Amino acid sequence: MPVLSRRRFLKISSGAAGLTAAGGFAGPNWSELLAAPLPGDEIRTVPTFCDICFWKCGAIAYTKNGKLWKVEGNPEDPLSRGRLCPRGTGGVGAHFDPQRLTAPLLRREKRGQEEWAEVTWDEALGFIAEKMQAIKNTHGPEAMALFSHGIGGTFFKQAFKAYGSPNIAAPSYAQCRGPRDVGFNLTFGEGVSTPERTDIRNAQCLTLIGSHLGENMHNTQVQEFAEAIEKGASIIVVDPRFSIAASKAKYYLPIKPGTDVALLLAWMNVLVSEKLYDQPYVEEHGFGFEAFQAEITPYTPEWAYPKTGITPQMIRDTAREMARYKPASLVHPGRHVTWYGDDAQRSRAVALLNALLGSWGRRGGFWSPVSMDVPDYPHPPYPDSERGKVDNPGHRYPFADGALTTGIRKATLTGEPYPIKGWFVYATNLLQALPNREETIRAIQNLDLMVVVDVIPSEIAGWADVVLPESIYLERHDDLNVEWFRDPFIALRQPVVESPADQKPNWWMARELARKLGLGAYLPWNDIKEYLDHRLEAAGHSLAYLEQHGIIRGEKQPIFYDEGLEPEFYTPSGKIEFFSLQLQEAGFDPVPKFNPPAEPPAGHFRLLYGRAPMHSFSRTQTNPLLSEMMDENEVWLNSDVARRLGLESGQYVRLKNQDGVVSNPIRVKATQRIRGDCVYMVHGFGHTSRGLGKAYLRGASDAQLITRYETDPLMGGSGMNVNFVSLELEA
Amino acid sequence: MHELTSTRANHLIDPSLHVWEWQIPVYLFLGGLVAGMMVISGYFLLTGRHKRTRCACFMLPSLSLILLSLGMFALFLDLEHKLYFWRLYTTFEILSPMSWGSWILLLVYPAILANLLLRLPAPLEVAFPRLQRVSDRLVEYPMFVKWVGGVNMVLGSLLGVYTGILISTLAARPLWNSALLGPIFLLSGMSAAAAFVHMIAREVEERELLAKADNGFLMAELIFIALFVGGLATSTQVHQQAAGLLLGGPYTAVFWVFVVGLGIVFPLVIQLLAVNHKIQHTPVAPILVMLGGLLLRFVIVSAGQVSHWIGN
Amino acid sequence: MARFGMVIDTTKCVACMDCVVACKTENEVPEGLCRDWIVQEVKGALPKLQMEIRSERCNHCDNPPCVDCCPTGASHVESLGKTVQVTGDLCIGCKACLASCPYDARYIHPEGYADKCTFCMHRVVEGLEPACVAVCPTHCMYFGDLDDPNSQVSRLIRSRKGHTLLPEAGTKPRIHFLT
Repeated sequence: MPVLSRRRFLKISSGAAGLTAAGGFAGPNWSELLAAPLPGDEIRTVPTFCDICFWKCGAIAYTKNGKLWKVEGNPEDPLSRGRLCPRGTGGVGAHFDPQRLTAPLLRREKRGQEEWAEVTWDEALGFIAEKMQAIKNTHGPEAMALFSHGIGGTFFKQAFKAYGSPNIAAPSYAQCRGPRDVGFNLTFGEGVSTPERTDIRNAQCLTLIGSHLGENMHNTQVQEFAEAIEKGASIIVVDPRFSIAASKAKYYLPIKPGTDVALLLAWMNVLVSEKLYDQPYVEEHGFGFEAFQAEITPYTPEWAYPKTGITPQMIRDTAREMARYKPASLVHPGRHVTWYGDDAQRSRAVALLNALLGSWGRRGGFWSPVSMDVPDYPHPPYPDSERGKVDNPGHRYPFADGALTTGIRKATLTGEPYPIKGWFVYATNLLQALPNREETIRAIQNLDLMVVVDVIPSEIAGWADVVLPESIYLERHDDLNVEWFRDPFIALRQPVVESPADQKPNWWMARELARKLGLGAYLPWNDIKEYLDHRLEAAGHSLAYLEQHGIIRGEKQPIFYDEGLEPEFYTPSGKIEFFSLQLQEAGFDPVPKFNPPAEPPAGHFRLLYGRAPMHSFSRTQTNPLLSEMMDENEVWLNSDVARRLGLESGQYVRLKNQDGVVSNPIRVKATQRIRGDCVYMVHGFGHTSRGLGKAYLRGASDAQLITRYETDPLMGGSGMNVNFVSLELEA
Repeated sequence: MHELTSTRANHLIDPSLHVWEWQIPVYLFLGGLVAGMMVISGYFLLTGRHKRTRCACFMLPSLSLILLSLGMFALFLDLEHKLYFWRLYTTFEILSPMSWGSWILLLVYPAILANLLLRLPAPLEVAFPRLQRVSDRLVEYPMFVKWVGGVNMVLGSLLGVYTGILISTLAARPLWNSALLGPIFLLSGMSAAAAFVHMIAREVEERELLAKADNGFLMAELIFIALFVGGLATSTQVHQQAAGLLLGGPYTAVFWVFVVGLGIVFPLVIQLLAVNHKIQHTPVAPILVMLGGLLLRFVIVSAGQVSHWIGN
Repeated sequence: MARFGMVIDTTKCVACMDCVVACKTENEVPEGLCRDWIVQEVKGALPKLQMEIRSERCNHCDNPPCVDCCPTGASHVESLGKTVQVTGDLCIGCKACLASCPYDARYIHPEGYADKCTFCMHRVVEGLEPACVAVCPTHCMYFGDLDDPNSQVSRLIRSRKGHTLLPEAGTKPRIHFLT
């Protein structure tokens, strides 16, 4: 590292003379006298957008003398508003990550052994194309599945559709936010969207039920959370753990895990029975309110108390508090909601509560996302698939509106409704994302082809036949981000520095693969800038402008009813469905019901997991800047329980789940900040891939312990907070 | 219930301060020993004892030069920016005890050399006859001799006391935050020097004188240590906690058993018996005194860094 | 003459460590070392808990013990903003300043000199805020002239409840934490 801290200081002194001329500069300075002036550093800035998580904050990257220096927020970007989160700020670490994949790899031994031969791109892509062609000929193109997460998957999706496979899925649906969007869809006719359409900054009352904003570091959400705090918003937090958000709450409810629906129903009961709900709003926009009212009558605070552990007084106080500020009273829908298997119905309960408060379409509640209109790059029509998607045969999960990763996995395991013989995985560590690792590994064994595109040798890459190293976001172009947000805009990602080794951008890989498959006509542009330029021109914008500014803002559009937005609900009734006939007809509860969770076996604790603001899932633990912030996770254990078990903070334990799976050693955090019936850890650690350097075997993996999961009957999501662990002191 | 977590894990700072390792206690001991030697040999000059031929005190200046240089070398080893050490001598920072100390150390050398010159040790006497002639001339000026003696006593005392003052001004480490540390270090240095001299003394009078002096220093040291610990224990919360390190905490055993017990009380008893002619003089006592002095510095430097303000 | 200080609103801070990362990239702080850090202090018992989150760093004290103890003058008070700075070329690495700081805000740079938060003076002279203040996504950090009664920091200190760290240590720290 260059000695720039001193040099910069020396420059300060010389610079200070000019600045403080008005205030008086006191005498010469040793350092000035002794140090020779240094030549100026050459600083360049390049706008782009971040890829450390999926928020896509607009950023300005700085190089100093040609070397990557730092990344700051793009002030013109409505998402970051000029400030990045810690992961974005640490983005340069991804470029310097010593564990990066550097060349295409071909498996030498058995799958999972992590034994590789380095090959050329031509060899690697040739191998993949050959196998994909064979699969297409023998089993049909649908037998290839694409698991893709992030905007970098765009061109792979295009290639796959051209190839003829409809089986494209991301874990973010069935293992994350899918149930939430289904629950809201069933109520309001639309999902929650990402970025969430929540008007946090104008909320006068914000209720977070199982949402840990602040530790969940989705930039805009946290920025607005802070704004709401500054404005004096009343905050209600419901969480078995005293989260960062809980420390800012006016009311903190340490709910028994798994009982949230009971609380939500009791709140609705209070709002309705005390006539605190937004009556004109409900009358105008609601459908089936009387039937709904009848359904929730038994769910009194007294009924909810023994189930949730929250006193009736507290339930009433918080319900009244929410109502006090309606319609600027927002019950946050959360993001990662795949908890207990009834998650779509629980999300529907959250939607219903918001409906009672009248927050949908109102300030301090929910706005309607808007976007700019940028046409696609023209391509020949994609072939139809006769057999259709494999993930949800017979529409077993009737309300699923996204592809189920676990459904594709199941088909790969069973061969039903038809076999899946190839997986192409882009930027998603399926072994940490999907529940029950062993199923994933068994499914992989049934494949003829397993391809992983990644930036580091992740666990899933370890099981591939071919590993393709991708350039990171600071080294590549991507498709345009035409965002759906409160303000419409287009963002550009463009290279800031060159890739340090033989890494390639996704657009190049996808195009080369398509060409090798004889599908070049579907990705017919020769250079990515040609692609971007064409799309932008068609929309009346200039690539040159975008390259300079990074963001093109669109015209403001109405996003609230009071701005002229038309209240429209894309439900069967055309209104907000307090009572859902379509659910009833499908054999489900038209109004959510409470299902008590299983009790932990003796000596066991429910395993809960969450996020840390300096990491993104399991993909940043080798980033040298971010791993310095947090290099291992801890298991949170109630301090009274810890004392009974003879455990102290700082000791290492192994967690053993109900099926006998034992974790890596993990450090104990004995704290009052969690209930005694559960433990908590940050997701993404406990790496088992040997190529991950210092992250190898640091901390423990919650995903490894999630062997059981409850599948949501409405939409196929995987409820994963259903495992129990005991703790054993590590000698 | 009070929980405090910090994300900082800086080298030398966390989990608790450990910036000064063996180099500092070694320097403190050698510096203190040399300080005591300077005071004693300066006193001998002042009182005209240099005229005695068999006095072991004549070894002291040459020993001091060697020991002090070793000590300063240890100090040099401790520096993290070694090539810049000379910056100590391009300024005088009046508020910095370390700046005072670096200049005192510089002045100490000529003082010891002057002392050395007044009575050259035998090997030098033979090797440099011209030097011996100079020595003989200087000895003829009794005022000069007295001045050298006085200066050695003064500089020696300053040398012995400034290190204690230095660490006592580091108020961020409550264990050190006592004005008594300066006198304690000086007394400890004096007693180590006195113990050393009466161990090597060839004349009975010299031995007796220094053994009695040592006993005086040891008793004074005991009193000052008691005042030091008592002072901390009756001060603010952070000071009480610091005292706790020596009163039940991790440094209790090593402090009371080795530093105070074996390093002061036990040799004191032996030496009292010896000067009252109940038992023979034995080198065991002075050796224990010196080891005790060394250990005192180790304990104070180590425990001091553990004591802190934050994280109560 | 300006006297720079900071005000940090702990009610908005979410302990995300953006300030720590930004400082590291801006100032090229070596691996394993940090100039600022996050402290979480929890009191009480579940469910009646309170937590204070603090982004801490050198307090650029009005009465800095680290300046008094420095034997070479390397550690000094700059006339610009009266911030406490270290001139690396004068530092001998004696570590007295590390020992003198009750906040443990300093460290030794791998090159050998004492180092710490500089209030990003290299940015301030360009009219920018320190990196930590500029990056904070919750806008909970404020930087400015404490001697100017109309500056944002002065107004915040007057109008909001808050505290400094270890006022009893007599250092007169210049970072105020609002609660």
